[in-house]
Amino acid sequence: MKILILGAGQVGSTVAENLVGEANDITVVDSDGDKLRQLQDRLDLRTLTGNAAHPSILEQAGIADTDMLLAVTQSDEVNLVACKLAASLYNTPTRIARIRALDYLNRETVFSTDNFCVDFSICPEQILTDYITKLIEFPEALQVLEFGEGKVSLVAVRAFEGGPLVGKPLSFLRSHMPQVETRVAAIFRQDRAIIPEGGTVVQDGDEIFFIAATDNIRRVLKEMRRLDKPAKRVMIVGGGNIGRRLAKALEHDYQVKIIEFNKKTCQRLAGELTNTLVLNGDGTDEKLMQQENVEEVDVFCALTNDDENNIMSALLAKQGGAQKVLALINRSAYVDLVQGGKIDIALSPAHVTIGSLLAYVRRGDVAAVHSLRRGAAEALELVAHGDRESSRVVGRRIDEIDLPKGATIGALVRGEEVVMGHHDTVIEAEDHVIVFVTDKKMVKKVEKLFQVSLGFF
Amino acid sequence: MGRIFTVFHALGLMLVVFSTAYLLPAATALIYGDYILLWDFLLTMLWTFSAGSLMWLLTRRFKGELSIRHGYLLVVAMWTAMPAFGAVPLLMMIPDLSFTDAYFETMSGMTTTGATVLTGLDNLPPAINLWRHELNWLGGMGIIVLAVAILPLLGIGGRQLFKAETPGPMKDSALTPRIAETARNLWVIYAAITLACILALKGAGMNWLDAVCHAFSALSLGGFSTHDASIGYYNSPLIEFILIVFMLIAAINFATHFLAWRGKSLRTYLRDAEAVATVILIVGSCLGVGFFLWRQGIYPEFWTALRHASFNLVSMATDCGYASVDFNQWPMFAPLWMLFLSSIACSSGSTGGGVKMIRTLVLVKQAGREFLKLLHPAVINPMKIGGHVVDNNIVFAVLGFIFLYFVSVASLTFVLLISGLDFVSSFSAVIACINNAGPGLNQVGPAGNYQGLTDFQSWVCVVAMLVGRLEIFTVLILFTPAFWKR
Repeated sequence: MKILILGAGQVGSTVAENLVGEANDITVVDSDGDKLRQLQDRLDLRTLTGNAAHPSILEQAGIADTDMLLAVTQSDEVNLVACKLAASLYNTPTRIARIRALDYLNRETVFSTDNFCVDFSICPEQILTDYITKLIEFPEALQVLEFGEGKVSLVAVRAFEGGPLVGKPLSFLRSHMPQVETRVAAIFRQDRAIIPEGGTVVQDGDEIFFIAATDNIRRVLKEMRRLDKPAKRVMIVGGGNIGRRLAKALEHDYQVKIIEFNKKTCQRLAGELTNTLVLNGDGTDEKLMQQENVEEVDVFCALTNDDENNIMSALLAKQGGAQKVLALINRSAYVDLVQGGKIDIALSPAHVTIGSLLAYVRRGDVAAVHSLRRGAAEALELVAHGDRESSRVVGRRIDEIDLPKGATIGALVRGEEVVMGHHDTVIEAEDHVIVFVTDKKMVKKVEKLFQVSLGFF
Repeated sequence: MGRIFTVFHALGLMLVVFSTAYLLPAATALIYGDYILLWDFLLTMLWTFSAGSLMWLLTRRFKGELSIRHGYLLVVAMWTAMPAFGAVPLLMMIPDLSFTDAYFETMSGMTTTGATVLTGLDNLPPAINLWRHELNWLGGMGIIVLAVAILPLLGIGGRQLFKAETPGPMKDSALTPRIAETARNLWVIYAAITLACILALKGAGMNWLDAVCHAFSALSLGGFSTHDASIGYYNSPLIEFILIVFMLIAAINFATHFLAWRGKSLRTYLRDAEAVATVILIVGSCLGVGFFLWRQGIYPEFWTALRHASFNLVSMATDCGYASVDFNQWPMFAPLWMLFLSSIACSSGSTGGGVKMIRTLVLVKQAGREFLKLLHPAVINPMKIGGHVVDNNIVFAVLGFIFLYFVSVASLTFVLLISGLDFVSSFSAVIACINNAGPGLNQVGPAGNYQGLTDFQSWVCVVAMLVGRLEIFTVLILFTPAFWKR
C-alpha cells in the first residue's frame, strides 16, 4: 500500500516506524528537513521537505497514486486543508487527519464529504487522556484497553503477594469465582512471555493480561492483588494539551490540583476549568508539593513535555508519599529504564496512540488495535466475515483455528453479548474477535487468517 | 474652554429631543377635553424647544466630537437640566408648589426613584399624572440612550455617553456592532414589554389611564402611582401578581432580554448568572419574609402573609417602590431586609438602581478568592462569573465603586442628621434615594411621603437620587481636580 504521511513529529514518525515494517511504500512530508533526515537514516522511506498543505508539494510526494493520506502535522488547519485537497484534486481513497480542537471535533459536518473530506479524525491527546482516566479509575491496573465499544476490556496488572491467585494455578480462578467469566491472555515473567495454561502458577511480580467484561474488572483485579481504596485526590503537573484535557475530564469526579510553570497558561487553565485548583509553580519543587499535601495524593501524573522533568517530579512525588505516580515519557529508552521501579507507570504517548491509527491502516476488518508492553505485543479486535467455506475462522471451534503460537483468542463480542474464548467456542460471522499477540511479528499472520478468500465475493 | 460649548451644543440638541416628550400629556389633555392643560403643555414644549434650539444655534461654531470628559459633563448637565424643564408643567398646574418640591418630584421621576412630595394624587388631572409617569418611563432606560438611538449625529461620542448613563460595571460587550443600533434595540425591547404590561393591567381591571401609567412606572421601576394608597388602592391579587412579574422582568438586564428575543430561547436567562442570582435572591426572600410575617402573627393566614410580603418585597428589592400595605408597621427585620435588598438585588443593565447584583457577586467571589489564596499561596484563581473570567481591573473598579457608595450613603445620612431628621428616617431616605427605590421608613415610609422634609433636606435627597442613578462615578468625577485640568 502507498501511504503518504504529513508531519514527522511524534505521531508521524511513530506511525512511519510501525508501518514501514509491514511492506508499505511510505512518503513523509514535513517542513523541518532535519527531522526528516533523522527519520530517513533509521527507516526505509522517502521524505520531502515543504509545506504539507501546498498542492505542489503533495504532487511531488506522489499523492496522485497514494492509497492513504495520514495528515498528522501539529496544525489542525494544515491537516484539514491537506485532506480537502487530496479528496478534491487527487481522489485519494482514504484520508485520516489529526484534529485537536474540540471546536472542529464537536461539529461532525466539518469532516463530511461536502466540506473537508476527512474519513477518520484522530486526536492523540484525547486518546491519551482517556487512557489515563481509565488508569485512575482502576489504580491497580497498569493498562486498561477497551474493545467492542467498551463492552470488553483487556487489563494488565502486576500480581502481588496478598491476591488470592498468587501462588496458585490459573485453574483456581474458575473455582474461586465461578460467576465471573474471565480469561488470562498472557503472563510476562521477567519480560518473557509465558503462554498461560490451566496449570500455570502465578508468581509474585508477574505481569498478567486478562480479558473480562468491563463491569467485572474490579472483581478480577481483586484476585491478583490487594485492592487500594478508589482514588480521590489527583495531582497533575503540566497544564499543556494533555494535562488540561485530563483535568477537565476528572474535575467533577475527583479532587484535582494542577501545577503549571507558565503563569499565562495558568490564567488560561483557571479560566477554562471550573472545579480544579490551578497552582503556579515548578513541578519539581518539593516545597510546593509538600505545601499542597502530596502525601495525601492518590494518583500523581507528571505530564509536561519534558521527559526528564516528568521523571524527576514523579520520583519526588513518590518520595513525598504519593500513592501512585505516573510519568509521561516520550523517549522509549527512558520508558524501559523507569517502568517498574519507583515510578509505577511510565506512559509512552506514541505507543498509546498508535493503535487507533493502525486500526485504520491495517487491512482486513480491524475494529481496534492496542499496543502493549511498549509496542512489543499487540491486542487486536478483528471482525470475522463470510462462512465456513470462504473464511478460515467462521464456523470453526477456537482449537480448530490455525493460530500462530503465542496468539490467543481472548473473547468474542457477539452483538450485545460478551463470550469468553474457550477451546470449544464456535466463531460465527460478524463476531468481533479479540486476539492477543505476544509478539508483533505474528500480527500479519493473524490478519491474513481473518481475510475472506476471493470466493466470498 | 472652547470645548465646553461643544457640550452646550449637544445639550441644546437633546433638549429639542426632550421637548417632544410633552406631546403625550398634551394628547391626554386633549382626550380628556382639558384645554387649559393642553395649552400649558404646548407652551412648555415650545419653551423647551426654543431654549434648546437657541442653545444649539448659538454654539453651532463649536460643533464637534465629544471627548471622554465632555461626555461625562454632558450627561450630568442633561440630568440636572431636564428635571428643571420637566418641573415647569407641575409648577404651572399645581398651586402652592415650591420650585424645590417640583424639582424634587421631577428628579424623583426621571431617576425612577418614585418618591413623591405630592398628596391627593387621585385628584390630579390625568395629563399631569401621565406626565409624572412618562418621566419615570423615559428615565428608566435612559433619555441619553434614547438620544443615542435616534440621533446618529452624536457619532463617536455616543458610546461614551451610553457608558456613562447605563448602570453596571461591564459595558464593553456591545450587543450589536453599532452603538446606535444597540440603543435602538434596547428601547424597542423596553417599549414592547411596556406594551405587554399595559394590556395585562387593562385586562386585570384597570382603566386605560391607570394601566398606561402603572406600566410606565413598573417597567422603569420608578414606582409612581396615580393613587395616594399606591397599589393598595386596588386590593387585587391579580394586579399585584402582574406587577410582580413585570417588576422582575425589569430587574433583569435588558441586554439579556434582547439576546433571548433574538435567539428565541429562554435558556439565555439561565446563562446569565446575574439574572439567576437576582431571581433566586428575590424569590427566596419573598418566601422567607412571608413565613416570618406569618409566624410573627402579623397576618393570620400564610397565603395573605406571602401575598403582601411578595408584592412589597419585590417592589422594594427591584427599586420600584410601590406599596400595597404599610410595611413600616411590620417588625423591623422585614423592612430593613427589603431596604438591604434594594441596594443589591437589581441586575446591571436593568432599570433598577443600587450597587447591582453583578457587583455583589464580584464582592462575594472576591472574598472567596482571598480565602483560597490564604490556604494555597501558589493558586491562580481568576474571578469567574457565569463561567466567564472577569478581569482584575473590573474587580478593582467594583471595589472602588462600593467604597464610594458607602461613603456617599454615610455622608449624606450625616448631612440629614445634622439637618435634624431622626436617624431611621435619614438613613432610610438616603438608602431609598440613592438606590432609586422610593419609600423609606418612618417619616418617609409608605404611609407618609417626602412632603414633610425641609427644602434643604429635599435637595440632599435630590443629590442622592442623581448620584445613585448615574452610578456615583459619573457625577463625582466632575468634582475631581483632574477633571478640570488640561
